[in-house]
Amino acid sequence: MKNEWPLWEVFIRGQHGLNHRHVGSLHAPDAELALKNARDVYTRRNEGVSIWVVEAQHITASAPSAKGPMYEPSESKVYRHPTFFDIPDEAGHM
Amino acid sequence: MYAQMIKSEATADDPEKLAAFQARIDAGEKIEPKDWMPEGYRKTLIRQIGQHAHSEIVGQLPEGNWITRAPTLERKAILLAKVQDEAGHGLYLYGAAETLGVSRDELTEMLLDGRMKYSSIFNYPTLTWADMGAVGWLVDGAAIMNQVPLQRTSYGPYSRAMIRICKEESFHQRQGYHIMMKMAQGTPAQKKMAQDALNRFWYPSLMMFGPSDKDSVHSAQSMAWKIKMNTNDELRQKFVDQTVPQAEYLGLTVPDADLRWNENKAGYDFSQPDWSEFFDVLKGNGPCNTERLAARNKAWDDGAWVRDGLMAHAAKKRAARVAAE
Ligand SMILES: [Fe+2]
Ligand SMILES: [Fe+2]
Repeated sequence: MKNEWPLWEVFIRGQHGLNHRHVGSLHAPDAELALKNARDVYTRRNEGVSIWVVEAQHITASAPSAKGPMYEPSESKVYRHPTFFDIPDEAGHM
Repeated sequence: MYAQMIKSEATADDPEKLAAFQARIDAGEKIEPKDWMPEGYRKTLIRQIGQHAHSEIVGQLPEGNWITRAPTLERKAILLAKVQDEAGHGLYLYGAAETLGVSRDELTEMLLDGRMKYSSIFNYPTLTWADMGAVGWLVDGAAIMNQVPLQRTSYGPYSRAMIRICKEESFHQRQGYHIMMKMAQGTPAQKKMAQDALNRFWYPSLMMFGPSDKDSVHSAQSMAWKIKMNTNDELRQKFVDQTVPQAEYLGLTVPDADLRWNENKAGYDFSQPDWSEFFDVLKGNGPCNTERLAARNKAWDDGAWVRDGLMAHAAKKRAARVAAE
């Protein structure tokens, strides 16, 4: 007779206007209690001003084996970084 | 250390995969839940992280014992906050263990029926208020010794849980030492109480690091996998070296007639705890083993109707939402 509370992933935005960041997980019967539990477990020391909870089963993750095909193409595209371009000092700040 | 006597599991995996795995660890990469890992790595970690999580949870009991009897409202609020932190530590660690393919309920059941252990230290009673000082100072102090290096462990979720825990842990030790300072500077009766707490918790705290494992193959495997970062003896020595001057500052005496500074090793020589007592406590024969497990079983059983009721409520709400769509 297994009736385990589902797993939720918790995301918190800190004080300084940054993105929500994954901080951990917890179990809760529904979203409302997941939020309450997240507040108790993950914000005991002013860690955040906003909480998102997502049931873990709804998250789609990339496969570790896909690392090569996923990320290698960007390694050869150095021109995507500003330092690729030499601009003479005479042109001023850019 | 909250995880004692963890035997690393033998691994019967493809040698080529094992070598590649070891190379990743040697290069300082983190292993993440969906990555390939040897079965032995997975099983050893489940046991180690699970035992650590159980220790955080059972460890609430000896301190919870004094919440209603704290000497001031402020001390009560502080102790309550500390015990609440330990619940959080348990949850972070259960979360990390679950990423290895074991469920929370399975872990809980293994604790409740004795298949999984928790640290021997929590099978000792907390008899006076000074014990709240000794536990924070010595028990959390010993836990920190072990947890700080584990922040660099190879398993990503474990490492992240440790980083979170270490941030919160230093308050625990300091509030304990602060209690000891007050007691040691108090009336003769209070100072006596502080000394008595140190006498009772000194050797059980040394046991927290587990017996010597410098020649253990299990320990060597765990160290190669970076799920153990130091030998038990190294950590115990560090703990003694750090703690003895703190006891001196309090004007208390460490209950070890053979304790002395050794210039050659730049550390203290000290007596080993009674290891037969340690094994006996692990077997279930400590002063509080029965009481601790009974308390956890009661909490689990008494909470069953709440867990089930909330699931039923969630299912009902979900059904109503679907019907309305
Ligand atoms: Fe803790
Ligand atoms: Fe603690």
